[in-house]
Amino acid sequence: MAEDALFSIFMDGLFINNFLLIQFLGLCSFVGVTKDVKSATGMSGAVVFVMAMASTVSYLLYTYILVPTKMEFLDLISFIVVIAALVQLVEFVVRKQIPSLYRSLGIYLPLITTNCAVLGAVLLNESSGYNFAQSVVFGTSAGLGYTIVMLMMAGIRERSTFVNIPSSIRGLPQAFFIATMLSLAFVNYFWVIPI
Amino acid sequence: MSELVTLLVQATAILGGLGLAVGVMLVVASKKFKVETNPLVDEIVEVLPGANCGACGYAGCADFAERVVNEGAPINGCPVGGFDVAKEIGGILGQEVVEGEEQYPFVRCNGGLNCVDRFDYVGFEDCKAVMMLSDGEKGCNYGCMGRGTCVRACPFGALSIGEDRLPHVNKNLCTSCGLCIASCPNDILVFAKETEKVHVLCMSHDKGKAVKESCTVGCIGCKICEKSCPEEAIKVTNFLAEIDQEKCTACGLCVEKCPQNSISIR
Repeated sequence: MAEDALFSIFMDGLFINNFLLIQFLGLCSFVGVTKDVKSATGMSGAVVFVMAMASTVSYLLYTYILVPTKMEFLDLISFIVVIAALVQLVEFVVRKQIPSLYRSLGIYLPLITTNCAVLGAVLLNESSGYNFAQSVVFGTSAGLGYTIVMLMMAGIRERSTFVNIPSSIRGLPQAFFIATMLSLAFVNYFWVIPI
Repeated sequence: MSELVTLLVQATAILGGLGLAVGVMLVVASKKFKVETNPLVDEIVEVLPGANCGACGYAGCADFAERVVNEGAPINGCPVGGFDVAKEIGGILGQEVVEGEEQYPFVRCNGGLNCVDRFDYVGFEDCKAVMMLSDGEKGCNYGCMGRGTCVRACPFGALSIGEDRLPHVNKNLCTSCGLCIASCPNDILVFAKETEKVHVLCMSHDKGKAVKESCTVGCIGCKICEKSCPEEAIKVTNFLAEIDQEKCTACGLCVEKCPQNSISIR
């Protein structure tokens, strides 16, 4: 299969270069919003939207405005402006349509602005030299890969509240143990064993 | 030099144009998705405890504040904040407040070590998990299992499991949020007003013989208390004594007469 085939890029973003467990990008929400499945779902939805849109818009911006005017050095700041605007838009919508989700996400929703996963996806698009379709596919699949891991983590954490563990590792340390196990699975399946 | 000026102008134009486009889009979006908020709601949210515990019966503090302003929910509806918060909300809305009686969770079981175990339980230390294994290890199916589900439910650290394997409420820390009451799988915890002095410390509807076999302090439904009460405030229904707190004068006769010591006065 060709390296630049769309399906290959899709699987790459989804599993092989999973943003959370392989590349360690965007980890604050991975620990912060995975206490229950409901808010993890909402957060993932927001991230998928922002990543897909940011990949699309920043590709157009980079290719049709920055490159022709030889202003490539403005890439970081203009990508950040695009991402911030998208997050602001998502915040408006969530606040209006799902106020309870807005409250449960709290600080993590505006923090998508500086979520390194989103900017990471955009910059990886640029550095890999992806074309328009490839950029959109990679951005979307990276968001979906984030969703998969967020839901797995939230599901495990929700169920593990029953488990009797020493109080010294209850809560955040326990979350990191779970993250370790998940990461082991992902690394072994999609990194050590090539598919 | 002129090259530098061109670069400067171009960079400014691109970033400025981008900012302009984004700004216009956000203005449109914020108009379209505008959330109408009453400033009073925000003011009330400020004075509420912010625990979002849901004891008021609404989805959280912000929801409660909204109902108070828009739908006339009672301003003393926040049991955590109590009278002080009700007064502040009354001040914001210009309403008078009547003080409600303080109430705390009350453990309606005195079993604990007095209650025999049917088997040794090994597993998750959680009442709900114990319940899943043939209704728990206790001989009594109505009693407290003492695994501290209520203790973990309390966000304020007001409960603890004592030496007697029963939960104890620290009234200084308790905010009457009701989370422990909701968490108890056997409904052992109930709200009791401070003015209610006499309580039956048993929830068992088993017949007298069965209670005696499993627990030394359970109510056996003998009706001695019912006969001894001068106010006719006690009634035994379904092998369990219930006290009508309206009629009870806390004379303590029933406490003395009870052969099982399952009635207590405080």
